[in-house]
Amino acid sequence: MAAAEEQVVRETTRRNWLLSAPALVVLVFTATLPFVIVLVYSFLTPGQYGNVVWKFSTDGWVGLVMTRDVFDDTLGWADAHLTIIWRSVKLSFATTIITFVVGFPTAWFIATRPQRSRPIWLFLITIPFWTNLLIRTFAINEMIRNEGLINTVLMRTGLIHEPIVMIYSDGAVLLGMGYAYFPLMVLPLYAAMDRFDMRLLEAGYDLYASRLSVLWRIVMPVVRPGIIAGCVLVFIPALGAYVTPRVLGGGKTMMLGNLIEMQFGQGRNWPLGASISITLAVITLVAMLIIIRRAGRETAQ
Amino acid sequence: MAEAIAVEARNAVKEFGSGPSAVRALDDVSISIKVGEFFTLLGPSGCGKTTLLRLIAGFEMPTSGLILLNGQDITYLPPNKRPVNTVFQSYALFPHLTVSENIGFGLQMQGRPKAEVHATVARMLALVKLEPLADRKIGQLSGGQQQRVALARALAPAPKVLLLDEPLSALDLKLRKEMQIELKRLQTETGITFIFVTHDQEEALTMSDRIGVMSAGKLQQVGTPKDIYTQPVNRFVASFIGETNFLPATRDGDGYRLDCGIKVAAPLGKAERVTLTVRPEQVRLEAKDASDTIPAKVTNLVYFGTDTHYHLMLPDGAEVVARLQSLASGDTGPAMGQDVGLRFVPGAVQVLED
Repeated sequence: MAAAEEQVVRETTRRNWLLSAPALVVLVFTATLPFVIVLVYSFLTPGQYGNVVWKFSTDGWVGLVMTRDVFDDTLGWADAHLTIIWRSVKLSFATTIITFVVGFPTAWFIATRPQRSRPIWLFLITIPFWTNLLIRTFAINEMIRNEGLINTVLMRTGLIHEPIVMIYSDGAVLLGMGYAYFPLMVLPLYAAMDRFDMRLLEAGYDLYASRLSVLWRIVMPVVRPGIIAGCVLVFIPALGAYVTPRVLGGGKTMMLGNLIEMQFGQGRNWPLGASISITLAVITLVAMLIIIRRAGRETAQ
Repeated sequence: MAEAIAVEARNAVKEFGSGPSAVRALDDVSISIKVGEFFTLLGPSGCGKTTLLRLIAGFEMPTSGLILLNGQDITYLPPNKRPVNTVFQSYALFPHLTVSENIGFGLQMQGRPKAEVHATVARMLALVKLEPLADRKIGQLSGGQQQRVALARALAPAPKVLLLDEPLSALDLKLRKEMQIELKRLQTETGITFIFVTHDQEEALTMSDRIGVMSAGKLQQVGTPKDIYTQPVNRFVASFIGETNFLPATRDGDGYRLDCGIKVAAPLGKAERVTLTVRPEQVRLEAKDASDTIPAKVTNLVYFGTDTHYHLMLPDGAEVVARLQSLASGDTGPAMGQDVGLRFVPGAVQVLED
């Protein structure tokens, strides 16, 4: 009896592994293996014209936070790198907050429309996806640059005499990222709100809750899975953003993605690029863990 | 001495939409519900009973008219400022909170001290017999248990009036019967005024102190279950509550003459042409040529166990249903096709003038 049971369990296990094999193969070849390559490269020596020389070195990791003086070879803090890491985290966090503050009412608006008109609103939200992000980002560039649409109009009308400098700043990057990631916040929020039972609002008001209490004590907790999904979907790609800071931030307002690209490009320092890539992956992982553990704890309560 | 009035609606009108397409859900309804009363609003779906309830709860504002609570005008007071709580048809329990947290929600929102909230929640859990489930999430409860949580949650803040919007309609028959008794017990124990909305006439008759029958946005009749059943004021009330027979008749001296030519005694009204109504259980069957009976023929009989329904045809083709208790022997009375004499129990015939 027990032997037969064991047999069944073993067969089931084997079948489950077999069924997930295609996915595992894809994951190993597209995620694990590249990550291992990047990890190995980060411990090698940079070649003269890019690429790597197969000689062990920790310079890639040292270079992440330290910089070697050109004249006397002493080590100092790599302020530029630390600033870029900090800026990436800061801007991604700000993007998440902004998209949430704007996206929450938007998703609520759509979820409270009559059933018939909701697809139209959702459709409008997804329209930006039809055009390449690069082109859309250049469109923002065209709007806010010194000779751009906004400044031209304001100067023609005589409201200002000098162009307002908006582009190539943290603000410009924030605007671009907020715009680019807005749908990624709205869609999961909407999905959660769509399932929200609107009668709970009346139940809340009936039980002496103010509008604010209903929002805090009923709506927010019930749609929490949507809030978490939206924040993850915005924060993580924002951390690795490349196009937006490149087009709207110029050379001054770099983010991690641009720094990595620079090391593999003009910088010709692949080990450093690899170590920054891994740092980015670790930051992402830590952020995910914090969010998921917090969400998990609150669901368990 | 006049009894204290808990809730009063004065000429309440509620229209949805505007202009020519406006729908009048509530058409000039005035009603007074006494303190401590179990009052039922009864009517078919779309009759405006839920709209009236929502006006009292504060979820809707009347287009015109007033809503008063203990004599004070609350027409435009928002729901969170009214000492009135609702048990929703779908329960609308908070899925992210436990049973205790759901019950304590209203008290918390009122800013009551923690100890008081705790004590009241414990008392409510005992009242609806849910102590063992205090820390469960709502999703882990059965329909009947959710129903109890909804009741406890609405009763916890000790409202002046409890509104119940078809709270039993989602339960199966057996559970519904249990909850009917339970509700009545809760109402007696708490002494709170209950306003109960239902389309189930049996529910209304068994539970209520008084019933308000509604149809097409208008209040048709208000009275005790007995009044409503035995003295319906119009055809709608008579047919909506229980089964009944309708017989057109014309006034003739001190009584009414049925279209088949037989004269029947009934309280006299003003109208010439009326409809007489009599409940099936108030119809007696006798031998074919017994004195003072209406000749009729049995066209169909339906056996229900406790009683048997006889479908009878009068000489002019009008149909009357008689309900007779089944005999202990299991013998049936008249057979199909048999000619019988039909008599109405004295005082059972009501005159409807519309």
